[in-house]
Amino acid sequence: MTAMLRGYLRSDGRKGIRNVVAVAYLVECAHHVGRKVVEAFSDDEVHLIGFPGCFPNAYAQQMMERLCTHPNVGAVLLLSLGCESFDKYRLADIVERSGRPVQTLTIQAQGGTLKTVEAGRNWIGQQLAALAEESTVAMAPNELVIGTVCGGSDGTSGITGNPAAGRAFDHLVLEGAACIFEETGELIGCEEIMAARAVTPELGDELRRAVDKAAHYYATLGYGSFAPGNADGGLTTIEEKSMGAYAKSGASPISGLIKPGDIPPRGGLYLMDVVPDGEVRFGFPNISDNAEIVEMIASGCHEVLFVTGRGSVSGSALSPVIKICANPDTYRRLADDMDVDAGRILEGRASLDEVGTEIYDMVLAVARGQQTKSESLGHREFILTYKSFEPIGPACLPS
Amino acid sequence: MTTPADDPRFLRLGPDDNVLVAREDVPAGAQVIVGGVTVVLDRAIARGHKIASRAIGKGEKVMKYGASIGSATAAIQRGEHVHLHNLASDYTASHVIASAAGRTS
Repeated sequence: MTAMLRGYLRSDGRKGIRNVVAVAYLVECAHHVGRKVVEAFSDDEVHLIGFPGCFPNAYAQQMMERLCTHPNVGAVLLLSLGCESFDKYRLADIVERSGRPVQTLTIQAQGGTLKTVEAGRNWIGQQLAALAEESTVAMAPNELVIGTVCGGSDGTSGITGNPAAGRAFDHLVLEGAACIFEETGELIGCEEIMAARAVTPELGDELRRAVDKAAHYYATLGYGSFAPGNADGGLTTIEEKSMGAYAKSGASPISGLIKPGDIPPRGGLYLMDVVPDGEVRFGFPNISDNAEIVEMIASGCHEVLFVTGRGSVSGSALSPVIKICANPDTYRRLADDMDVDAGRILEGRASLDEVGTEIYDMVLAVARGQQTKSESLGHREFILTYKSFEPIGPACLPS
Repeated sequence: MTTPADDPRFLRLGPDDNVLVAREDVPAGAQVIVGGVTVVLDRAIARGHKIASRAIGKGEKVMKYGASIGSATAAIQRGEHVHLHNLASDYTASHVIASAAGRTS
């Protein structure tokens, strides 16, 4: 039996392991004002998120709604220029109905940069005082939602870091937590073995279709989800990278298929389909690793496991990122940025199970407040771009 | 079933794989046991890179983790480096920066 955690209880029943103020700019034109507002506060207390586009987009609207009502968020400041298309009224209503303090500042109405920055900082100052008074409640490990991504993969990722993350996932799923892996563009070639793990044949068909969609999407774009650094690190093809990435999912049955912003209805292992539906529009599905991390967080992830071989230093706004380094040489070079040295497996200094247990223990420690490396270094990356999705089908969620 | 003897500097990830993965950087000229046969590496194999564990015919599937990772675009000899020059995806082409050839950072 694992010891209980403590969490901030939200009105939808979910619990947060952090209690931050989210500052959200609703168009790029409000981004700088957002940066100036946030500058006055600690990286730990106030996080900047936002959407740059001026054209309306249902996906971006839903993502912002999910992010602003994420369990790790305690209060929300919305920054509007005043003429953008983003529906700030709907977003503010949703945040208010969630029971969180919310304030919208419109730069054109406020009187420009200086006045908006001052008003924003004053409002946040009041909120921080209130958030500091909030108490926590008991939280069980099965209330956690944990995501996993990999980035800057090399030939070691699929041997050490990814399977070790998979072991941690197996442990978490066994505890009743919800675990989410991605991404369908990096599961090309794994569709049949993955479909065989689905809890129903209908879900298996959905998983297969999701990967087919990704293969078609990337073929149209002319590039797979494969960066030059992958090849330098020994990976030759997308199928090979996929098999390594697939190892992050562990060995549990696959309970469901979700899309960004869908929140797993209960514990189990879920695949996130990150490739847009319909005709190829808006460019590449996820233009960088942080786009995936943001989607995981929008689906409720309290923490994200990030496996890297070449050495990513990224973190994220809103939820802590645990950096698992697959390559022992990279770990020695970038130790300040890495939480877990999974390359020990390659050098015979630890087993997969030992590193898997270390990752699991770290997930609980971070849930208890321990800072990850990227958190303590102030990494609060965030990116959100245009996409479009159809809702998931009836066979996608466990009955 | 007996697994053929492989050099401890290389990993065999699936029993039916026809490639091995380097656990560490192995220099050119190194003698390496591959499937019970000693071969001499004609080039350095960096950690994470692959060599053929047996002869692979042009067009044959290259197997790693017990799964196909693409097709051989040339005949590959036992012990030869398996990478972009002799293996291609059956799905989408792999992108590399052409002007980066030979540079290390």
